[in-house]
Amino acid sequence: MKAPAFDYVKPKSLNEALGYLKQYGSGAQVLAGGQSLMAIMNLGLAMPEVLIDITGLPGLTDITVTDEGVRVGALVTHATLQHSPVIAKHVPLLWQCVPHVAHLAIRNAGTLGGSIALADPAAEYPAVVLALQATITLQGPHGVRDVAADDYFLGLYETARAEDELLVAVTFPKVKDSEVMVFDELTRRRGDYALCGLAAAFDVSGGVIRAARLAYLSMGDTPVLAPTAAAALMGKAPSEETIAAAEIALINDLSPRSDLHGSVNGKLHWAKVLFGRSVRQLGKSA
Amino acid sequence: MSEKRCDISVMVNAERVERPVLVRQHLVDFLREELDLTGSHLGCEHGVCGACQVMVDGQVVRGCLTLAVQTDGKHVETIEGLSESGVLADLQEAFLNHNALQCGFCSSGMLLSALNIVRHYPDASREDIRDHISGNYCRCTGYQAIVNAIESVLLKNRSAAVVGVSS
Amino acid sequence: MNARMELPATTHDTTQVANGYIGKSSPRTGSKRLLQGRGAYIDDMRLPRLSHVVFVRSPHAHALIKSIDLSEVRKQTGVIGAFTGSEIAEYCTPWVGVLGHLKGIKSAPQHAVAIDRACWQGEPVAAIVGQTRRQAEDALQFVKIEYELLPVIVEMADALKGDYVIHPELGDNICFQRELKTDDFDETFAQADVIVEKTYTFARHTGVTNEPRAVLADYQPADHSLTVYQATQAPHMMQDIMSRHLGIPESQVRIVCKDVGGSFGIKVHVYPDEMATAALSVMLKRPVKFMADRIESFLSDIHAREHIATVRMACTKDGDILGFDLDDLTGIGPYSVYPRTSGIEGNQVVNLTGGPYKHKAYRAKLQVVFTNKNVTCQYRAVGHPIAVALTEGIVDEGARAIGMDPAAFRRRNLIADDAYPYTFPSGLKFEKLSHHQCLDKLMALMDYDGLRAEQAALREKGIYRGIGLAAMIEVTNPSPAFYGVGGARISAQDGATLRLDPGGMLNVLVSVTEQGQGTEAVFAQIAATMVGVSLENVRVITGDTAVTPYGGGTWASRGAGIGGEAVLQAAKALKVNILAVAAAVLEMDAAQLDVSGNAVVDKLTGVVRMPLSEVGRVAYFRPDTLPMDFQSELTVTRHYTPREYGFTFTNGIQASYVEVDPETGFVKLLKHWCVEDCGTILNPMLVDEQLRGGVVQGLGGALLEECLYSPEGQMLNGSMADYLVPMAFEMPDIEIAHVCTPTKTSELGAKGAGEAGTAGAPGAVMNAVNDALQPLNGNVVEQPITPERVLVALGKI
Repeated sequence: MKAPAFDYVKPKSLNEALGYLKQYGSGAQVLAGGQSLMAIMNLGLAMPEVLIDITGLPGLTDITVTDEGVRVGALVTHATLQHSPVIAKHVPLLWQCVPHVAHLAIRNAGTLGGSIALADPAAEYPAVVLALQATITLQGPHGVRDVAADDYFLGLYETARAEDELLVAVTFPKVKDSEVMVFDELTRRRGDYALCGLAAAFDVSGGVIRAARLAYLSMGDTPVLAPTAAAALMGKAPSEETIAAAEIALINDLSPRSDLHGSVNGKLHWAKVLFGRSVRQLGKSA
Repeated sequence: MSEKRCDISVMVNAERVERPVLVRQHLVDFLREELDLTGSHLGCEHGVCGACQVMVDGQVVRGCLTLAVQTDGKHVETIEGLSESGVLADLQEAFLNHNALQCGFCSSGMLLSALNIVRHYPDASREDIRDHISGNYCRCTGYQAIVNAIESVLLKNRSAAVVGVSS
Repeated sequence: MNARMELPATTHDTTQVANGYIGKSSPRTGSKRLLQGRGAYIDDMRLPRLSHVVFVRSPHAHALIKSIDLSEVRKQTGVIGAFTGSEIAEYCTPWVGVLGHLKGIKSAPQHAVAIDRACWQGEPVAAIVGQTRRQAEDALQFVKIEYELLPVIVEMADALKGDYVIHPELGDNICFQRELKTDDFDETFAQADVIVEKTYTFARHTGVTNEPRAVLADYQPADHSLTVYQATQAPHMMQDIMSRHLGIPESQVRIVCKDVGGSFGIKVHVYPDEMATAALSVMLKRPVKFMADRIESFLSDIHAREHIATVRMACTKDGDILGFDLDDLTGIGPYSVYPRTSGIEGNQVVNLTGGPYKHKAYRAKLQVVFTNKNVTCQYRAVGHPIAVALTEGIVDEGARAIGMDPAAFRRRNLIADDAYPYTFPSGLKFEKLSHHQCLDKLMALMDYDGLRAEQAALREKGIYRGIGLAAMIEVTNPSPAFYGVGGARISAQDGATLRLDPGGMLNVLVSVTEQGQGTEAVFAQIAATMVGVSLENVRVITGDTAVTPYGGGTWASRGAGIGGEAVLQAAKALKVNILAVAAAVLEMDAAQLDVSGNAVVDKLTGVVRMPLSEVGRVAYFRPDTLPMDFQSELTVTRHYTPREYGFTFTNGIQASYVEVDPETGFVKLLKHWCVEDCGTILNPMLVDEQLRGGVVQGLGGALLEECLYSPEGQMLNGSMADYLVPMAFEMPDIEIAHVCTPTKTSELGAKGAGEAGTAGAPGAVMNAVNDALQPLNGNVVEQPITPERVLVALGKI
């Protein structure tokens, strides 16, 4: 399956890149790691007029710790994240999910920015971004803007990024001492897209859950929060009774579609299982 | 209408290659068709089977998901070059002795994953090894012989390291 | 997982020749180049004026082709030509996949490229030849085809009902059916104490060879000859077929096999796109290459193993099996595949269900129906995975019904090792099997009692592990009973030519082929041993119809047993001729001489009398120094075909140890064992690795692999991301042991081993999962055993 012909440009500056985006509009695709894009193109599912290769742009490969959080440049690869002590220390939920992302060779080339820009609901990072309320930084002809995670994922492969904008960074809040992060997913084989996955961020003190954000992957067109189930955990100890009571609420939050790998009932069931397992982790670390 | 080409200058194994490449040509097609380096194989062309693995700037990547034009200014190493340099010698001998290949189609990619383990995960357990080769499809061996072969090289290196320390 | 670190015994020492290489785990030195990226697969080939063909494939499962307009296609850059099925039919005649010994089998004629009607999604409907693959693919978008959709048959039940018939001239959608019943059946089942019944479903799946199908046809108009470089297991069969269907005299067709990147039966069949490729080369008078890409592979490589089968077993309350009753429905594609037919797989299920167990009563009904899904045909272990799973599944049900341990139940009922020769209720004859010895060995190898204790202890803690057994019989080394008797020009015999070269090395040509299993390596071991040379002095060549003797190639696990015997006989004869030359030179009696360590030696003392290089020098360059009436003959050919038995059966038994997570439905494979009796073992390492590879292929079918189709006959998961094949992380270590019952039908005594692993693995895993689920009242009867199916079995969804 040979990719259909396309034009190719490799801008040297952000402005040049933005210029191309404006010029080509919907006929352009941004090429970073290419691990998703090239597969889709080889399968004949995408036929862009032009690829804008942004891997030459400066300033997008840094991981910077500030008071606001940890700012990860769009071109930081999965492999870099996996081996970053900064990420391990300050953004453990992200760090926990990286080994689940595809395989070694993919992780060497694929980028965080590419993953968030594509917003595949079955991917790990979008759920983590949503769970942590990360901020997505976009740059366009009108300048730079930050979009909250809650406002970023709009639909299947549809995000708040306008056609003429580039995703340049994602900033994650630094984990607090009282927070416990649990990432888990169910896959038929190591590295596959998950049947169901859960990125869970908890705040626990005094043996009681003070806050919870539960973001599911592979359960909808976007990563999906489970606010009702999270609310049912508030002020409760992480016990079996709490889990049993709260997991019923998941049905209010989740309406997955059946797909090749799971029926609706299967996915809802797995969502409950992952929910219970993540809360049980709190019992161990509390 | 003629298709877009870009001039690239890339080190392929030990040789500098300067060519105008079709921008849509992926790295494996470039290696196979333009440079006659047929040791890297296409098993799926969508990044799943791993038969296409090569090294770019020292990192293992899927050659079918990499555009040739993206290797401009970089160093590409293929199974041929890595064989000739001797870097794979221990692994190749272990693969031979453990029958860690049958049809050989996955072997180029598998050896690159194995080299990555030997270089970066010298303490890998059998389960770790299986994890690190989990992205390389083999239909013939059932994987155990491959795990045995890689493990044997890791053990050999570990005992050599111990000897080195004590002497 | 247990470490298995000990290297198998190897030998590089030439002094080992006296003990022989047969039975030694010599590494396949011929595979070194594959490790260096120097394999020579079809796609690696370059020929002058090489062109590439891309096939336009029907997007519909069933449709009339109202019109095809390729005019715009022909104008595209790099396009050499574009052709319809009618145009290609002028160069390639159609075929029908039927054989005489499958009574009543019927199918419709099939063309290389469809004419008038497409019958499955993926069927070739036009061909575009381009300077490059890329350019031919680019031209696809300019193809204008008008289709008129026809009703689609996807479900086997619908095919059987026959409200709509895919090929009206055939009358119904039944390709083949067969019934048999022993005389005592009705009475036995009427009087049995216990009857257990289950309906098992097996999803269709496919081979997913790492190297996709590939063929390069090179027609030479000057002498009307055709060379086809083809990744095929049976080059002589392809030679015959290309000759007959392309109208080129048989000896003017040459099939050459290069390195083949995995086959497993996928590459032994006749594919319309491959025939079309050859036809196009004849038409265009230049080389044409076709390599299926992965998406095409899923749509057009043969599928296999789609069955719904109800099986019943009758036994006494004490646990003696009395009989089996089978009703098997299997769905193939719209055509029976040529030339081996798509009826063989179901036929094997009928032949082998109940296999290893004592019983007299047997009834079987088989229906093989056409559907508008991809075609199906023989794929590794052909029918055995189903027959074994059915049998072993119902045997476990019987054991549960009586309250007997499954191993004890098998012990009681496996055919005794001294009961041979033995004839099955289905009529098959068995030379000698070793079920009990294998069971003994398995019980010890896996520490069955220890595992049962561990299982019980863990159940107390809410951990559900299961142990599953599967005894199996495997068809190998077939005689013409498989195909020849039905009229197929598929050879059941093979030949080997051995030549002593002047320098003392052996050149060996064999008609069996190599796809990575190591046939060339074991032939070298046999030749070296029987002649008396060291292994590194032997070169083996296979896969060239112009060069090797005529033979059957590789399939049905026949390579080592049949090809090996031919090599052995030729080697023995060559040694006699070598000694004749030496005796003439030394003026001695040949009976006093032997060949060992690359030299002619004194038989009694072992003293070297003449190196083989000297024999070669004299025979080839100085025959003037030999007696006047002496003619040297240092090239010998022998052929071999099994005569006494229709098939040489092997037997074995496998065990699977799993842990099921009742919350998620996930099955973890903890360990697997296989005790196999394949007769004389030529190279233990290669045999064991064949078994392991086969087991893992079976594990794929058991847990992961299924070809999913929409009601409209569209394959839904035809990519490596969605069709799940076994990868390293989920696979267990597999322990192998052997019992050895050589076949007396050959001097070598080797039976086949290539498919046994696949035959038994699915049955063992299903039994293990059901053993794990038993305390939770769960039972799965559908393969692949997906997490969803486990959850449904547990009543959780």
